[in-house]
Amino acid sequence: MTEGPTSAPVTPREAGLEIAAGQVTPPAALLNLIEVRDGAFGSRGSGDTSGFGGLVQPVVMPGPTPPPYGGWFDDLAGELELALADHGLPMRSAVESVVVDRGEITFYVRREHLLIFATVLRDEPALRFEMCMGVSGVHYPLEAGRELHAVYNFQSITHNRRVRVEVAAPDADPHVPSITSVYPTNDWHERETYDFFGLIFDGHPALTRILMPDDWPGHPQRKDYPLGGIPVEYKGAKVPPPDLRREYS
Amino acid sequence: MATDAFAGSFDTRTGTIYNVSGGDWDTISPAADGQKEQIVVNMGPQHPSTHGVLRLILQLEGETVVEARCGIGYLHTGIEKNLEFRNWTQGVTFVTRMDYLSPFFNETAYCLGVEKLLGITDQIPERAQVIRVMMMELNRISSHLVALATGGMELGALTAMIFGFRERELVLDIFEMVTGLRMNSAYVRPGGVAQDITDDQVLRIKETLPLLRSRLKDTTDLLVDNPIWMARTSGVGYLDLAGCMSLGMTGPVLRSTGLPHDLRKAQPYSGYDTYDFDVVTVDTADCYGRFLIRVGEMKQSLRIVEQCLERLDKPGPVMIQDAKIGWPAQLSVGSDGQGNSPEHINHIMAQSMEALIHHFKLVTEGFRVPTGQVYSAVESPRGELGVHVVSDGGTRPYRVHYRDPSFTNLQATAAMCEGSMISDVVAAVASIDPVMGGVDR
Repeated sequence: MTEGPTSAPVTPREAGLEIAAGQVTPPAALLNLIEVRDGAFGSRGSGDTSGFGGLVQPVVMPGPTPPPYGGWFDDLAGELELALADHGLPMRSAVESVVVDRGEITFYVRREHLLIFATVLRDEPALRFEMCMGVSGVHYPLEAGRELHAVYNFQSITHNRRVRVEVAAPDADPHVPSITSVYPTNDWHERETYDFFGLIFDGHPALTRILMPDDWPGHPQRKDYPLGGIPVEYKGAKVPPPDLRREYS
Repeated sequence: MATDAFAGSFDTRTGTIYNVSGGDWDTISPAADGQKEQIVVNMGPQHPSTHGVLRLILQLEGETVVEARCGIGYLHTGIEKNLEFRNWTQGVTFVTRMDYLSPFFNETAYCLGVEKLLGITDQIPERAQVIRVMMMELNRISSHLVALATGGMELGALTAMIFGFRERELVLDIFEMVTGLRMNSAYVRPGGVAQDITDDQVLRIKETLPLLRSRLKDTTDLLVDNPIWMARTSGVGYLDLAGCMSLGMTGPVLRSTGLPHDLRKAQPYSGYDTYDFDVVTVDTADCYGRFLIRVGEMKQSLRIVEQCLERLDKPGPVMIQDAKIGWPAQLSVGSDGQGNSPEHINHIMAQSMEALIHHFKLVTEGFRVPTGQVYSAVESPRGELGVHVVSDGGTRPYRVHYRDPSFTNLQATAAMCEGSMISDVVAAVASIDPVMGGVDR
């Protein structure tokens, strides 16, 4: 595989997000806030004797990468821009941000433009991502207005490249266009993501649950859905279910 | 009119009455009265020919399949959800149970993803990578053997089934010897593998290979030129390259269209680019072609295993040397049974405070993985096994999603079966070789 260059996660400062003095906290929507942790070791429920109890750390995903992205990523972005322009869609209105991290490139695409983006990925000879490797949902409850993410991985056998496309939707309006018309393989994948996250893929031919029973309440992979389980007694002691055990992060 | 002691007085000759318990078929009689009678048949989920708990809903016209649909989810165990409540190392014990016929691929795909997130991909010791490749290739043989065995059984070739499972035992014996378990080994860990392989074990694998090779030949010879087998599989379950591309098919199904796409060659991982092997393709795009590919791939896997065994002559570490990530201890058998090795216990209890801290921290809370997401993929016996791993910087995965090839490939059932005979459905599904543990996760 033609590996792209590895770039270290970009801090808000490096990404040029520090606009003025006193405005050090970047907009959460841009940096994909996951959690705010306090203390040093992640322990909860017991007194923190480390002296780091007052430490507060926001946990954010790797931030946007400014061009040039390095390696073939720049070719890809250039071709994408040209191809999108053919459809009358400027790159910056379709793509919110680009993240290059650990040798992989991710395009954060606005959901209303996902279908065109996918069509361009498949059809443009210079891109030719013939295969979609399905969609994976991720739930970020703290990212207000962008709680539900749909993550698509595409593969080009012609050019031996991979690209990731991420789309966000608010919990209150969990709609994402279906790309089954472009990549029929996503039929089951989108049903699975609907089943587990409640993301509604508009235009899917038959969006029903696929792995959970049809009458199942709720969407199990969301973070607010409990894992469940019962305490188990072992040699006189009670072992709590996994989601109630001590955690360190 | 003669009276019948058993028929009673009421007469059924007033019209067509379908009567089974629980419903009145009068209401659906217009459909049944039509010229072409179509019936809907549930095949499975408990059916010996559906390759596990797969439910096929077939709409039939006589013996011809008009419409085929799959019902899945009977083996869903919520593994992906469970992973979010265990630490990164414990995750291996869960993912190994997904596609239970190719556990080492599940483990390796997951570990490659975690290692990529940690940024330690190039620090994995050479010997650990060789062991991973060897276990994966042995696993490919055992998995393909089950594909042939169950596929043969489903089409009535019971001898192939008996032989396939017998040969698979040889491979499972190796797994048991190396990892302690025949299946669900949790052997490949982030940073390397759980346990080193001894010279004795290498020797025994070397001794097994000739037997395995000759038995593979015997088993596959039962079917390769078998006219009945060919009649049942040639030209059946046809899916061309365009169909494969749009349906996201990978693995033997894709290679049966003649496209030599194999991630081991295209995007090498674990040092596959340093091994000498061929990608097997055919261009018939049917069940028989996929069978031939599996036969060929088993031979290629044996070639790779032999090269691995040569490289295993060189000793070395099997776990990353970074004490903040690498699992600290190996198991050994002492006078009081199996446990951590006496040298390690002596080291942490009597010699090194840091080693004790590392052991304690790694075993209780595990290591932290920097935030980010990666996609890692390996070529499993069924195709591209991809893992999307998201970390929130903690000791537990934030999200792990498996793109299982069985799940994706099963979508082709309709394309392969509709318009064919019901007996060909069995052959087509067998040629996809779905493993329901991987489909449902």
